[in-house]
Amino acid sequence: MPVIQTPASHGADAPGEPVIVLDGVKKRFGSFTAVERAHFSIDRGEFFAMLGPSGCGKTTTLKMIAGFEQPSEGRVVLESVDVSRTPPYKRNVNTVFQQYALFPHMTVAENVAFGPKSKKVPKSEYTRRVAEMLEVVRLGDFAHRRPTQLSGGQQQRVALARALVNYPSALLLDEPLAALDLKLREAMQFELKRIQREVGITFVFVTHDQGEALTMSDRIAVMNEGRVEQIGTPEDIYHRPASLFVASFIGTANLLPGELAGRDGDDVLVRLEAGGTIRASGGGTSVDDVGARPEGSPVSVMLRPERLLVSNEPTGAGISDGRRLSGTVEDLVFQGAAARLSLRLADGTDVITHVGTDTDLPFLRPGDTVEVTWQPGAAFVLPGWPPRAGASSTDVDQIEAAL
Amino acid sequence: MSSPTSTRGHIARWALNIYAGLGLLFLFVPIIWIVAFSFNQPRGNYNIVWQRFTLDNWRDPFSDQGLTQAFVRSLQIAAISTSVAVVLGSMIALALARYSFKGSGPLNFLLVLPLTTPEIVLGSSLATLFLDWDITRGFTTVVIAHIMFQVSFVALTVRARVRGFDWTLEQAAQDLGSSPFRTFWKVTFPLILPGILAAALLSFALSIDDFIITLFNAGSLSTFPIYIDGSFRVRFPPQVNVLATTILVFSVLLMSIGLLWGLRSRRRNA
Repeated sequence: MPVIQTPASHGADAPGEPVIVLDGVKKRFGSFTAVERAHFSIDRGEFFAMLGPSGCGKTTTLKMIAGFEQPSEGRVVLESVDVSRTPPYKRNVNTVFQQYALFPHMTVAENVAFGPKSKKVPKSEYTRRVAEMLEVVRLGDFAHRRPTQLSGGQQQRVALARALVNYPSALLLDEPLAALDLKLREAMQFELKRIQREVGITFVFVTHDQGEALTMSDRIAVMNEGRVEQIGTPEDIYHRPASLFVASFIGTANLLPGELAGRDGDDVLVRLEAGGTIRASGGGTSVDDVGARPEGSPVSVMLRPERLLVSNEPTGAGISDGRRLSGTVEDLVFQGAAARLSLRLADGTDVITHVGTDTDLPFLRPGDTVEVTWQPGAAFVLPGWPPRAGASSTDVDQIEAAL
Repeated sequence: MSSPTSTRGHIARWALNIYAGLGLLFLFVPIIWIVAFSFNQPRGNYNIVWQRFTLDNWRDPFSDQGLTQAFVRSLQIAAISTSVAVVLGSMIALALARYSFKGSGPLNFLLVLPLTTPEIVLGSSLATLFLDWDITRGFTTVVIAHIMFQVSFVALTVRARVRGFDWTLEQAAQDLGSSPFRTFWKVTFPLILPGILAAALLSFALSIDDFIITLFNAGSLSTFPIYIDGSFRVRFPPQVNVLATTILVFSVLLMSIGLLWGLRSRRRNA
């Protein structure tokens, strides 16, 4: 595999230093605000995802970094230079478009050579770079084909090579996997990660697919209705969401509404609407500092399905009161590695858990009463109440349909 | 096996073929006639009764000086007016397809207007304008008149081609560091070139062909159609057929090249 010498890998540009800074960036279209004061930075060498439902402003943000849109307020800073008003062809970032936008009248090699030629790179230099990039994306044998003679996955890799050959400060990817079928999409997730490791260039990735974002990213910015709701590692976002939106958008979450009943160190006590009091962590960590709110404030407890333990005997010793719920079995669906168990709490709230198919509970039937417990720290408190109590699945299509 | 239905179907198909053949014949007999009579040796001034086959006319296509002059003049007019109209019309088409701006609705309407307005109205009103402004009618006024209606044809033809154009290709080019100027010449232009060439061919033919509008604005100038019309009163030399056939062969040739080119690039991109 060729070693790529990128400007990014030289001396003073240490990894961890910000490549892109969005400084209070706002974008309005008429009276509609597409992006609301985005304020974050993306570090060198990072695989950074902007995740959210369609219309959340992620693509507009990407376009402002690329230069196809200009911020109404704030600054876009690239390599310490304010590029807010710089046209796209003078910015050292390159984009992989959703539908790839390959030039149909050029061969694969000509497509890849387009960037360096535009930048007046000498021929000997760009032929070498083109060959090198086609090797990186494993399309060396396809140099003289036309884009229309390639499969979707191959076209995508041409788009990648074409965007990387300029050695950009950052590569911007706009839903790059959306046009591929499911199998290819999964393969390309790993392919993208491999290519990113190989070239060491910062990747900024826009997607509405939380699975993609969790699998590939070093950090994720979750966006909703123009606002950045949370920025963090996949673990942060999954286990310590900053808002109900993040909790329900990423993975499946059981969201149980209640009111604040007290504080105990970093934990808070929540009196559930469904009955009982639960001890939850996160009182001091979430953005709004839920624990500092007055008693009786509306809060919700988030329980991830895979962290719940189900038993059909009364709970043994050692499980204190704040970590237990009881419910009746509604449905058990076999899903291969695990089974998906739907429970109903006393007040009718639906809760979903995952149980290993071989280990526990072979004889669960609808109507059985079971106990649900969890390890300390698995329950997480969030401000506010969800629109609907109980399990929220992350059916992206469903969310999109609702928007 | 021939059931009654299939026999009837057979007859129906034959009837349809004959009908279609007659239709084509109706379209092509005048053209065949023109071509055939370019090989006729006429008696007297009128080449309208078949005498005998000869190649003399083709050996000397430019023997009629007036006709030749008019023919060359028509080619000059067509070349100039087409060049101008293609540039203007393509720019209008790009602007219309690319941007939605105030007045793009009315502009669309104005584009169709010259196509739907009777030529007699266009020709006479333009002539009135030239008279009013004391402009001597001649070569320049004919060129202006031709550009006037050609622009519409070019704009509409090119726009049809540009309508399916993927504008993210331009974004992609700029994203890769290509200036707007380079982007146009390296990406946009090559991709819409077939549309522009088709528009150029069409408007060139329209210019060579035009009679009514030209007649009003030509003054004492004789173009190819005007000369033929004028000479028809006294004589009809076979060179008319020869030159007409030349134009015909030339345009069929261009069309075939265009067709082959299109087929080739479609196969290449398939």
